[in-house]
Amino acid sequence: MPRIAAMTGNNAVSEAMRQINPDVVAAYPITPQTEAVEEFAEFVANGLVKTQYVPVESEHSSMSACIGSSAAGARTMTATSSAGFALMWEMLPIAAGLRTPVIMYVANRSLSAPLNIHCGHDDTMGGRDSGWIQIYSENAQEMYDNLIQAVRIGEDMDIRLPVMVSMDGFITTHSVERVDLLDDEAVKKFVGEFKMMNSLLDVDNPITIGACALQDYYTEAKRQHSEAILNSKAKILEVAEEYAKMSGRKYGLFESYKLDDAEYALVIINSAAGVAKMVVNELRAKGLKVGLLKPRIFRPFPAEEIKNALKHLKAIAVMDRVDAFGAGGTPTFTEVRSAMYGLPKQPLMVNYIYGLGGRDIRLEDINKVFQKLFDVVKAGKVDKVFDYLTVRE
Amino acid sequence: MAKKIMNRHEMPIGSVIKDPGCSMQYETGGWRNLKPVHDAKKCINCLLCWIYCPEGCIKVKDGKIADIDLKYCKGCGICAEECPDKVKAITMIEDKK
Repeated sequence: MPRIAAMTGNNAVSEAMRQINPDVVAAYPITPQTEAVEEFAEFVANGLVKTQYVPVESEHSSMSACIGSSAAGARTMTATSSAGFALMWEMLPIAAGLRTPVIMYVANRSLSAPLNIHCGHDDTMGGRDSGWIQIYSENAQEMYDNLIQAVRIGEDMDIRLPVMVSMDGFITTHSVERVDLLDDEAVKKFVGEFKMMNSLLDVDNPITIGACALQDYYTEAKRQHSEAILNSKAKILEVAEEYAKMSGRKYGLFESYKLDDAEYALVIINSAAGVAKMVVNELRAKGLKVGLLKPRIFRPFPAEEIKNALKHLKAIAVMDRVDAFGAGGTPTFTEVRSAMYGLPKQPLMVNYIYGLGGRDIRLEDINKVFQKLFDVVKAGKVDKVFDYLTVRE
Repeated sequence: MAKKIMNRHEMPIGSVIKDPGCSMQYETGGWRNLKPVHDAKKCINCLLCWIYCPEGCIKVKDGKIADIDLKYCKGCGICAEECPDKVKAITMIEDKK
């Protein structure tokens, strides 16, 4: 039976994992992801799932075990955060390059130093070019829905790529929210059986995985990978369509909020989009034409679709919960601005860094950003493209 | 080099190798600058070179060194190095291909 429950984001993850019932989970605890794998380990101990749980000694090992298990032909999941994600780094492009569809939950957390356990998109944004598909989630409901869809996306025979699904550490992982849960059988049917491709355990068809490819083949391998991730957009939408039929909750490559007739808009990922929507509503009540775009799929980046959704605007503020030190803007900003390039009439664009290390983003902070957009349009130019929001200068 | 070079569509997904023993197609002899020359008169057939050759290029017949397979020999010189000092039956010479 479908149920409604009060759950933290981490509860929603372990519940989705229980329903997906993967063959193997190899994970190492790290704040703020711990609760999810801890609960899942309990499900394993209590016989609620048939999963083989591998308690590894580090995240480098967890991703290595996941790659081996997926290559053997098992549906494989893991979870991590921050420093754990960083320790996995060597193995991330290997999972992607070997085309092993490992599904990973990431609780977004800042990277040291200074040491900080709270939210930042440092981890996943740092791994954005590791060849994985990346899905971002605003709240526990989206996290639950995205994780179930990720299985179908990554394991698709035309895609075969690992997928990371993330939500904001503490802000979403530890807050209790209403979550609509699907029936166990419905999830089981939706994810289906894991289909093997080149299994290491297929003794009748022996294969070598992870061999070297030098100047003669490396380029073709990368080109093939690049094509697979670019082509995954259509499949992601197909899976979302099928999921909507089952759940009544529809997802796209991104969420457009009051954008159609908007003149000013924010582009913002994960939980802060919730706060920003409140500000959009308040300003709309005053008759101001404001809106918001919340990216869901960051890799592959839906550049063409985002350009079409934003091209009619007068001004755009792209906000990121991470700095890209010394770069020409933060990760989402450089992507969005690059997508907008070449339009005959380009919207004015500004870039803000906010909420680092879990710092709260308040309604008045978002209001300031919209005020900035009204000002640049009035002035007809952008004086300062890149700035920190809520910093003691 | 492999005999037939595949394009990106022909390559198996994830660079998996489906044909066992395909390294045979990769003729590493092309890497060689120096080539080993074996003197059967000096050789005592101790087979140390056969043990140490990383590519298995020392061919043995009836307990004696019969040939060196230059198709795969990279010219590393380990055979010449391992040949006992009092024997030195293998000399590395410049390989003018």
